[in-house]
Amino acid sequence: MIDTKQMKENKNTRISKDFLGKLGPLLALVVLILLVTIMNPGFIAPTNVLNLLRQVSTNALIAFGMTFVIITGGIDLSVGSTLALSSALMAGTIAAGVDPLLAMLLSLILGTVLGAVNGLLITKGKMAPFIATLATMTIYRGLTLVYTDGNPITGIGDSFIFKFAGRGYLFGIPFPVVLMVISFLLLFVLLHKMTFGRKTFAIGGNEKASFIAGIKNDKIKIGVYALSGLMASLAGIIITSRLNSAQPTAGTSYEMDAIASVVLGGTSLSGGRGRIVGTLIGALIIGTLNNGMNLLGISSFYQQVVKGIVIIIAVLLDRKNKK
Amino acid sequence: MEVKMTGIKKSFDSNSVLRGVDFDIRAGEVHALMGENGAGKSTLMNILTGLHKADAGEIVIDGKQQLFANPKEAEDYGVSFIHQEMNTWPEMTVLENLFIGKEIKNKIGLIQTKKMKELANQTFSDLGVQLDLDKDVKDLSVGQQQMIEIAKSLMTNAQVIIMDEPTAALTEREIDVLFKTIHTLTEKNVSIIYISHRMEEIFKISDRITVMRDGVSIDTTMTKETTNDGVVRKMVGRDLEDYYPTKHSKIGEVAFEAKGLTQKDRFKDITFNVKSGEIVGFSGLMGAGRTEIMRSIFGMDPLDEGEMILEGKKLTIKNPSAAIKEGIGFLTENRKEEGLVLDYSLRDNISLPSIDGFSKYGIIDTKAESDFSTMLMKRLNVKAVDEFDPASSLSGGNQQKVVLAKWIGIGSKVLILDEPTRGVDVGAKREIYQLMNELADRGVAIIMVSSDLPEILGVSDRVIVVHEGNIAGELSKQEATEEKIMKFATGGY
Repeated sequence: MIDTKQMKENKNTRISKDFLGKLGPLLALVVLILLVTIMNPGFIAPTNVLNLLRQVSTNALIAFGMTFVIITGGIDLSVGSTLALSSALMAGTIAAGVDPLLAMLLSLILGTVLGAVNGLLITKGKMAPFIATLATMTIYRGLTLVYTDGNPITGIGDSFIFKFAGRGYLFGIPFPVVLMVISFLLLFVLLHKMTFGRKTFAIGGNEKASFIAGIKNDKIKIGVYALSGLMASLAGIIITSRLNSAQPTAGTSYEMDAIASVVLGGTSLSGGRGRIVGTLIGALIIGTLNNGMNLLGISSFYQQVVKGIVIIIAVLLDRKNKK
Repeated sequence: MEVKMTGIKKSFDSNSVLRGVDFDIRAGEVHALMGENGAGKSTLMNILTGLHKADAGEIVIDGKQQLFANPKEAEDYGVSFIHQEMNTWPEMTVLENLFIGKEIKNKIGLIQTKKMKELANQTFSDLGVQLDLDKDVKDLSVGQQQMIEIAKSLMTNAQVIIMDEPTAALTEREIDVLFKTIHTLTEKNVSIIYISHRMEEIFKISDRITVMRDGVSIDTTMTKETTNDGVVRKMVGRDLEDYYPTKHSKIGEVAFEAKGLTQKDRFKDITFNVKSGEIVGFSGLMGAGRTEIMRSIFGMDPLDEGEMILEGKKLTIKNPSAAIKEGIGFLTENRKEEGLVLDYSLRDNISLPSIDGFSKYGIIDTKAESDFSTMLMKRLNVKAVDEFDPASSLSGGNQQKVVLAKWIGIGSKVLILDEPTRGVDVGAKREIYQLMNELADRGVAIIMVSSDLPEILGVSDRVIVVHEGNIAGELSKQEATEEKIMKFATGGY
């Protein structure tokens, strides 16, 4: 028999553990920022900070969608290719004279559909998420190459709205950053305050129990992958605007940074546990590493090594916390 | 081998689990170890086999003090532990499983399959069991897999074998085989420590019984000299006025009707009804198809034929979601795999099937959700600090109450309970029976699947017996006896 006192103690350790788990990634980010600033004070100059946030925004957008996917216990490797294909469609249609706003909308719809296809393969086709999205990763990339004939699409024109998406400022803040913050707030509510999010967690926590509790697992999963595709195409719009062109190789290996951000943020790859705030912090950690090491003049070869080591340390610390 | 454990104490953090336990094993006996969940049985066995270290007390084996550093050392010495969850490699063959990590090799390290087969066949024939060594373990029944575990411990020359709930997943026939094997073993002077909740079995197989409660060994008696009630009284520490609470509910109109339910190769022409306020018990051997029938009613598996009627309305149920909308609840037989999201809070678990009811435009009203969960937890007497405790921190009985709370929460009109008291201790069992009665009082129609005959007889208003996918017979409370049910269940008429 566990007595009441014992249960109270359990509760206290439960709360302090929760607290530590939530604080861990943030602490890591703060330490990292301090370190880089000490070595190069230029890091915290407002222009550099805004620059960093803009660099982070595309990865963060993809990682937000990826968070939902990973919480269900899945993975989406196709985000980079989805980004490229929707970006190519957008550039192609604008170049052909379609209204830029409509072209952007088309791009977002395409991204959502490509994501939903992943979801259908995984649910109705009963394929492992890794395999399904590995396959669509090459298919979507191949389609991009076919569509662009392997060449960048340029000459997209200079409409205000198109430029604004990636290059605009709102009250002095780069528009991609604004987009990142708005997406974050919306998706935070969706994941933590709405039934869709609760069901996403429930599927990752115990798929069978969710099914028996009357949750339409397939519907939710398709929704989650569609969301991931949507977020990838949103990132695609920003990149297309910034480069003023659609590159057939755009977004290559972006899935890795996105997954790394999610994991750094404390979301469990086995599903059922995670937080979108963590993902934002994870994306900022990766961004700070990239930006900081550039500032410090560290070769990009070493940068890769450091990034990998940081991920390993983060996961090891996380595991220790949970014990 | 003679083992004597005296004054064993053990605490985890500040929680003292064992507070002075005496336990001894004689050569060639079957010694039943009984107690409610949490009484300390597993901890005691883990101390014997070296997984945990005792804080105080001593273990003497054949007159010599012994302390095993780990389970491997205990195994080498002749003490092996067959856990409830078996460690098998489903994709590998019987032979590979038997010798995993202990393969017989020649000088250059090649595996000697022939020698291994000889030894394996010898061991199985000693046990009186026939098994194809080349078969993949995933194709074996649970009972056969258990034989592999037993054979493994014999091949390490085990003198003491600990069996933790060995019959939990076995069919009657497999239990018979297991018991025969146990006799063969005791004749060879091997001792068995038998942990089980099933009273009937204990009296059938054991020589002595030790009862534990709250980390203390209450006493050890010869099985012949005690009774079922005597053991239960010791386990619970008080008199049970009546093991099964009396049911007073008024049985009303037919609430749910199944007509000719058929699923190819599983069950055929299942026709029955349940009235409001009635508890209908589904009895039968394991594998008779009872669970499969219930899963189909709940929309988890498709039906090939048949129709279902709820309160006069014909139902089409394609998935659990549809079943829940109609007011059918389903407590599945394995709460950890299908009933709960273990890592989640009690609140999240309880509200899961009704979560849409707590939301407006998809946004959850967490205040209402918490109130709802705490209300149900209070009503069901769930022992926890608050609704934010993770489900995994609760005892089996309390977890089961949480699953029940889920289904009460959706306002079930028909409640299907598949083995509602499996792995639940005696005290919580009674609470669950009382809850079932309360629900029946409110007019809920209850279908209870159970493999526990006394439970079927004690709780049901009516008993339906399933044999090989068919309804073999139906008995009223007055007619039903263990003999009659067994006769139907085994196909005799």
